Amino acid sequence: MFDFLTFLPRAVVQGIPLLLGSTGETLTEKSGNLNLGIPGIMYVGAISGVIGSFFYERANPDGLAALPAVLIPIGCCLLGSLLMGLLYCFLTVSLRANQNVTGLAITTFGVGFGNFFGGSLMKLSGSELPSIILTATSNCFRRSLPFADKLGAVGKLFLSYGFLAYIAVVIALVCAYVLKRTRTGLQLRAVGESPNTADAAGINVGRYKYVATCAGSMIAGLGGLYYVMDYASGMWSNNAFGDRGWLAIALVIFTVWRPNIGVLASFLFGGLYILHMYIPSGMNLAVKELYKMAPYVITIVVLVLTSIRNKRENQPPASLGLPYFREER
Amino acid sequence: MNKKNQAPLFYVSKRGSIGWVRAWAVRGGAVLLALLVNGVITSLVTGENPLQVYAAIFDGSFGSSRKVWVLLQNLSMLLCVSLAVTPAFKMRCWNLGGEGQALIGCLAAAACMICLRDAFPNWAIILCMIVSSILAGAVWAGIPAFFKARFNTNETLFTLMMNYVATQLVSYYCVVWESPKGSGQIGIINPNTHLGWFPQIGPYKYLLNILVVAVVCVFMYVYLNYSKHGYEISVVGESERTARYVGIKVDRVIIRTMLLSGALCGLAGLLLVGSTNHTLTPTLVEGRGFTAVMVSWLAKFNPVWMILTSFLLVFLGRGAGEIATNFGLNSSFGDILTGIILFFIIGSEFFINYQIHFRRSGDKEDNAHV
Repeated sequence: MFDFLTFLPRAVVQGIPLLLGSTGETLTEKSGNLNLGIPGIMYVGAISGVIGSFFYERANPDGLAALPAVLIPIGCCLLGSLLMGLLYCFLTVSLRANQNVTGLAITTFGVGFGNFFGGSLMKLSGSELPSIILTATSNCFRRSLPFADKLGAVGKLFLSYGFLAYIAVVIALVCAYVLKRTRTGLQLRAVGESPNTADAAGINVGRYKYVATCAGSMIAGLGGLYYVMDYASGMWSNNAFGDRGWLAIALVIFTVWRPNIGVLASFLFGGLYILHMYIPSGMNLAVKELYKMAPYVITIVVLVLTSIRNKRENQPPASLGLPYFREER
Repeated sequence: MNKKNQAPLFYVSKRGSIGWVRAWAVRGGAVLLALLVNGVITSLVTGENPLQVYAAIFDGSFGSSRKVWVLLQNLSMLLCVSLAVTPAFKMRCWNLGGEGQALIGCLAAAACMICLRDAFPNWAIILCMIVSSILAGAVWAGIPAFFKARFNTNETLFTLMMNYVATQLVSYYCVVWESPKGSGQIGIINPNTHLGWFPQIGPYKYLLNILVVAVVCVFMYVYLNYSKHGYEISVVGESERTARYVGIKVDRVIIRTMLLSGALCGLAGLLLVGSTNHTLTPTLVEGRGFTAVMVSWLAKFNPVWMILTSFLLVFLGRGAGEIATNFGLNSSFGDILTGIILFFIIGSEFFINYQIHFRRSGDKEDNAHV
């Protein structure tokens, strides 16, 4: 009665943007920066990729070469989200501005940026529909292994996704390894826990914050790109990305700042996000709205439980959200 | 490696107080600079002369008496949420849940209008609306506050999540109470009987809201600056340890302040439903809970300056809307302009709080010792 074989792949596809967003945000938060601009940055990443591939598709109306069709959007997306990350760092690290306010301003700006340029491209393309459709590029992104369909259930569950999905998992695992097992990761965590101590130990606090936040932004931006190119089959319509950026931030808490847990947790969140479409509720449409609440409620429960248990390794980075100024005591 | 002996090109030190005249001159300069950049960007995008762009921005807010009233109404609602979140911010408790607290206030007010319309007379419905919305907002802020005080749960993330729980709860009730059936929307509540609609003062639809918020503004100014509670809030905000040492019960202050914060957000929701919109949608608060964070912070948590900063943001929003319709742009253009202004103001704070000293060429002897 409950069709797991169609539900699970859908949940995974839903989960990948959240995974990328939360991996990026975890990296950022480990350096002590609470980047609430992630929802905006994911918008910017998505629209930058769309702009890139839009003009590339226009320049080559009769068929695309696979490699540039993939690399151009990814390059544009990384560049766009890098710029947003740099802006955030410049304001919060160099100018020591309040992180919450800066993050919210970035989100306002980023969502506006995405919707504005999305609207402008729609005008340029002159189509009647309120969306941009980049099927050719999307097909390059969604290409899965040729023998995936022949393997039945296994193929569908594990091999049916576009390459970005696998990259997302790899990025998350690499991040988890770097944070937990390398010297760089140790120093990064030190910066997030106690920048004073890190500074005294000779770690360049500013550089770690810059690099971690910019890398985090770029990873999160890829999440936006994945959403447009793979999940939405290359169709950009304004505000379609919705509140996934905030859900990515929720996921960071849910995974207690560990990207490797994030891999499975993001699929769980993805499943919860679309569960309402698969629950047989009959005529009662209202209950579906309550199911959509589930990811947030679960996150709150995790947040409360970790703070009640008060285990040291499950806490947010101690200096999260605080600007660092060496001369301040 | 003689590089180590060199002084850096510049170093940064904290400034003492520079006086509010100079501080606001810096902020004003930042706004002017941002307006200049915005003008240039807008004329690049539209190909219009920048002066015309500014004229359009001005026209969007002050073009007609109706536009002025809409401006004042938006201003008062934004100000109300900003005032609400301010005491929590002053205590360094980041209440990012203004959106959800106001929305839950909306929900409570709408619930009273819908469920009690056949049972109670008008005045009783309005009374129930007032009590229940303020209570609902307070509860919505009280839950994170309780966990913050008791277990030190991160309130930024908790209140943020509560926003979306509120949104989904409202979506749920929008379907439950939908009218007409199947539309998924509530529409105007009690359109014929006007039950639960707040009375209009004379011919002015929005005057009631503006007056209520003005009273809240004065109250908040007095509360923060001249009351014992306000004093306790600033001590806790400056240093929790000091507060404990002088015998302030920090837990109690946190919960009490968050309850007040939520209650005022609930009031904003009440005004939105009871007096302005007479309907309920999941997006009724229009992101004011987030904008309020910026309004409050930009005004340095001072209720009087907050009138100015919320005016600035509302004015820009309305102006950008006008540009968008006049020049055939998409309405999100306003968000870009607002974002740019915010970046400039946020950046300008640095020059108020810190000082940059450049290396001078005559300092060589000093460097040898460093």
